[in-house]
Amino acid sequence: MEIKTDAINSLKLNKNTPIIQAKNVDVFYGYKQALDNISLDIPENKVTSLIGPSGCGKSTFLRCINRMNDLVSICRVTGEIKIFNQDIYAQEVDVVALRANVGMVFQKPNPFPKSIYENVAYGPKIHRLSSNKSDMDELVEWSLRKAGLWEEVKDRLNEVATGLSGGQQQRLCIARAIAVKPRVILMDEPCSALDPIATAIIEELIDELRNNFSIIIVTHSMQQAARVSQRTAFFHMGNLVESGKTKNIFTSPKDERTQNYITGRIG
Amino acid sequence: MTNMFTNTSLLRKSRAAAELRFRWFGRIAIGISLAFLFIMVGSIINKGKSVLISSDIAIIIDLGPNQVDPNNINQTGFDALIKRSLRATFPEITSRSDKKKLYGLLSADMGFELQKQIIANPNLLGISQKLWFTASDDVDLLLKGSVDLTTQEGDRRISNLEINWIAKLKKSGNTRSHFNKKFFMNGDSREPELAGILSALVGSILTLSVCFFVSFPIAILAAIYLEEFAPKNKISSFIEVNINNLAAVPSIVFGLLGLALLLNVFGLPRSTPLVGGLVLSLMTLPTIIIAARASLRSVPPSIREAALGMGASPIQATFHHVVPLALPGILTGTIVGMAQALGETAPLLMIGMVAFIADVPSSIIEPATALPVQIFLWADASERAFLEKTSAAIMVLLVFLILMNLLAILLRKKFEKRF
Amino acid sequence: MIAQLLESNEQFDVDSPNMPNEAVTLSKPFNITTRNSSNIGEYAIKFIMVACSMVAIAVTVGIVFSLFFESISFFQRVSISEFLFGTKWSPQTALRADQVAAEGSFGAVPLITGTLLISFIAMCVATPLGLFSAIYLSEYASRRARNVIKPLLEILAGIPTVVYGFFAALTVAPMLRSTGENIGLNVSSESALAAGLVMGIMIIPLISSLSDDVINAVPQSLRDASLGLGSTNSETIRKVVLPAAIPGISGSLLLGASRAIGETMIVVMAAGLAANLTANPLEAVTTITAQIVALLTGDQEFDSAKTLSAFALGLLLFIVTLILNMISLKIVNKYREQYD
Repeated sequence: MEIKTDAINSLKLNKNTPIIQAKNVDVFYGYKQALDNISLDIPENKVTSLIGPSGCGKSTFLRCINRMNDLVSICRVTGEIKIFNQDIYAQEVDVVALRANVGMVFQKPNPFPKSIYENVAYGPKIHRLSSNKSDMDELVEWSLRKAGLWEEVKDRLNEVATGLSGGQQQRLCIARAIAVKPRVILMDEPCSALDPIATAIIEELIDELRNNFSIIIVTHSMQQAARVSQRTAFFHMGNLVESGKTKNIFTSPKDERTQNYITGRIG
Repeated sequence: MTNMFTNTSLLRKSRAAAELRFRWFGRIAIGISLAFLFIMVGSIINKGKSVLISSDIAIIIDLGPNQVDPNNINQTGFDALIKRSLRATFPEITSRSDKKKLYGLLSADMGFELQKQIIANPNLLGISQKLWFTASDDVDLLLKGSVDLTTQEGDRRISNLEINWIAKLKKSGNTRSHFNKKFFMNGDSREPELAGILSALVGSILTLSVCFFVSFPIAILAAIYLEEFAPKNKISSFIEVNINNLAAVPSIVFGLLGLALLLNVFGLPRSTPLVGGLVLSLMTLPTIIIAARASLRSVPPSIREAALGMGASPIQATFHHVVPLALPGILTGTIVGMAQALGETAPLLMIGMVAFIADVPSSIIEPATALPVQIFLWADASERAFLEKTSAAIMVLLVFLILMNLLAILLRKKFEKRF
Repeated sequence: MIAQLLESNEQFDVDSPNMPNEAVTLSKPFNITTRNSSNIGEYAIKFIMVACSMVAIAVTVGIVFSLFFESISFFQRVSISEFLFGTKWSPQTALRADQVAAEGSFGAVPLITGTLLISFIAMCVATPLGLFSAIYLSEYASRRARNVIKPLLEILAGIPTVVYGFFAALTVAPMLRSTGENIGLNVSSESALAAGLVMGIMIIPLISSLSDDVINAVPQSLRDASLGLGSTNSETIRKVVLPAAIPGISGSLLLGASRAIGETMIVVMAAGLAANLTANPLEAVTTITAQIVALLTGDQEFDSAKTLSAFALGLLLFIVTLILNMISLKIVNKYREQYD
């Protein structure tokens, strides 16, 4: 499969420059502050996990990165989030275009109640990524292969996606997200509704996907964070307590709260 | 002390009785409502079912060359020809008033019927033969047994003399009854035996079509905007209050609006399905909007998130994903609204759709009437035979309403929520 | 255990992962300022949708203006006080232009009392029947009975009013008349009673379904509390459920009354046009809606007081029903919030 490579290299960042840089991000829901002065760098082609007790703001932060919070009318975001050095809250940014570059996978598998093929083809179609049917077929196959689903569904692409098992549905949602070829994929507790076997498959998949995409995953499970991520950020009550290499966070946390959380004392 | 759980004190008894009474009040209330429903529908069916049958009378007519000129059929005085034949069948009748009664056995349309038969079958010409004609309304009722013969002669519309003639015809095999095609194929008529509902039915269909094509797109777009896009501000809530109130405004007020605005200010043609449909569409608008919003609300937010999350614009997310999922519910609401519009009478009276319309309307800017208005008109008519027609027209209306509601139920069942 | 996981994870944590060629071809320009789809089209769609939403306001404005303007020209001929407080209604038009005296009189009081009388009879029928139906359906009926009875009651609501009118005029009214004769009462053939009774039946499903919703919205915990104290079912309903549901139920009754006042076909067909000022349900009365129909069917010249009076009546009807609807919607919404 060939896709144009012009203008890509200019985007190739210096290997030490993070792909996402958040600086002093505050989020308010009405008068309630949900995030307090978050500054976090996220590296390219790595999996970064956001962990913390529920209600700590990790999902809120995730949703700032593709501006899904815009949908909540009472939500207000201040500060700066840059992706590829472009401020995504800048005036000239089109949210729709942003989300085409920052894909998202949700907590509960939410395939469209359409056929498997249409689910994957929908994104490329609205973003006009392929010009003809055979291109599209190829793109759908590529996405489903990437998501490790092709072998299971190749004979029933026209069946309704809601008939798949939970794990398959979630992989379909991943295939659907990568079909648009985003640079960043956000995953909001993608395994919380799945059984352990389906979870294991998805985790393996995430690990493979980081070769092509930068992945940020919110997770409840510390084991999952340890298994899949190279970087970890620990949130607590709207604050970013600590972030760094996953290994360091888990083996030698600097903050007492992190220590308490990973040993199971708070949660 | 006896067992406290089987307390048989007076107080306990009266409480049990009160409980029983209360329960029976509920049963009785429901019983009365349903009994009324069954009595009303039953009595209408009872009165209207005889409309399915209509009666004919046969007389021998001489169509020889000296009676009808084969080259010039349309010049023939068919009415006179039939009258002559009638007189020949009952040679004993001499007085003028009796002769008039005799002619009245057949429908006023008899000459036209004969002409039609001859044109359809020119072989009839040249010989004398037995031909069938529609009986007049009173004779029709008599033949169907709907006339109470125990009453005084002066109290019924048909005299003993006529009854005797009919008895004679019947005995000689010159009467027959058959399925009443005319009721479904004719327009309105002053003569009950010829009156049919086709013109009203077509009028209703045209009116409803206008109503649908105006209200459906407007209502669905308004519902989508209010549910998916409208900011929560004063204007939106004002629109919402407005819609809820419009849903409860008496229908006749919409008729006044149509009269004052559509007819007098915009000068649209009076009595037409166009105006009737517009007025009804304003009435059904709130019904459809409210139903459509409820249906849109039931689409899970995760579908919107999924679409938006992959870079679909809000419009794309709504029209590609949310609306298709809400569509069955929206259609159900629309059908219910259309059923309401089909039964609506008062606003149509205001815009003049009460005229006597015999011809089947062929476009939305021709004067027309509608089924419920036809019912209203016939209910007002003095002829006894129109009573049967009114009941039958109500049955037709109810059949359409039942069909529409069944469609709505089927839609709802078929697309029951899958999420 | 986590340490183990980290160990196996370690091997991936190299600064530049081993990327196949594909990774390059995957990338596309990181363009977040322009989209592929057309913005203009979307603005157009949004604009059309806003316009459609405004139709609702336009209809209301249209109703208010058309009723208002025609009413103003009516009130230039007949004073408001005569219209509202006059007790004689006979809207005769002059046969000749100079026949000023024959302009007719436009006192709406007999119409208002007639409307209220018929609506009152209707509510007397519909309130107990509708309420008890709702109570039975929500508190006593088995699921199966409910599934049968509810749709049947909804059929009552779906039957066109012209059918009720026909039934009232041709079956109920003669029946009442002959019953009256048998017990020595003089019942008019177009009595308020016949129209009111049938109208009451028509309103039952409205009241029962709204009240049913309201009663169902009363939290089960309230019921459990009462039953737990040893109350019987009916005591629980009367002393706990109904008092809690009263605001919602009164809202539904107001809506029913508004329906009764605005109902047209039943009264046109069964109540007649005699503008009697009476409270006797056995006599013939006329209503606002029946008069509007009588005044406006057939040919009308638009500048006669007779025709214009219909709009004044329409305005009166609109205002009264609007007030009733507003109050009842407010009550019902407030009630809903309370238990949501």
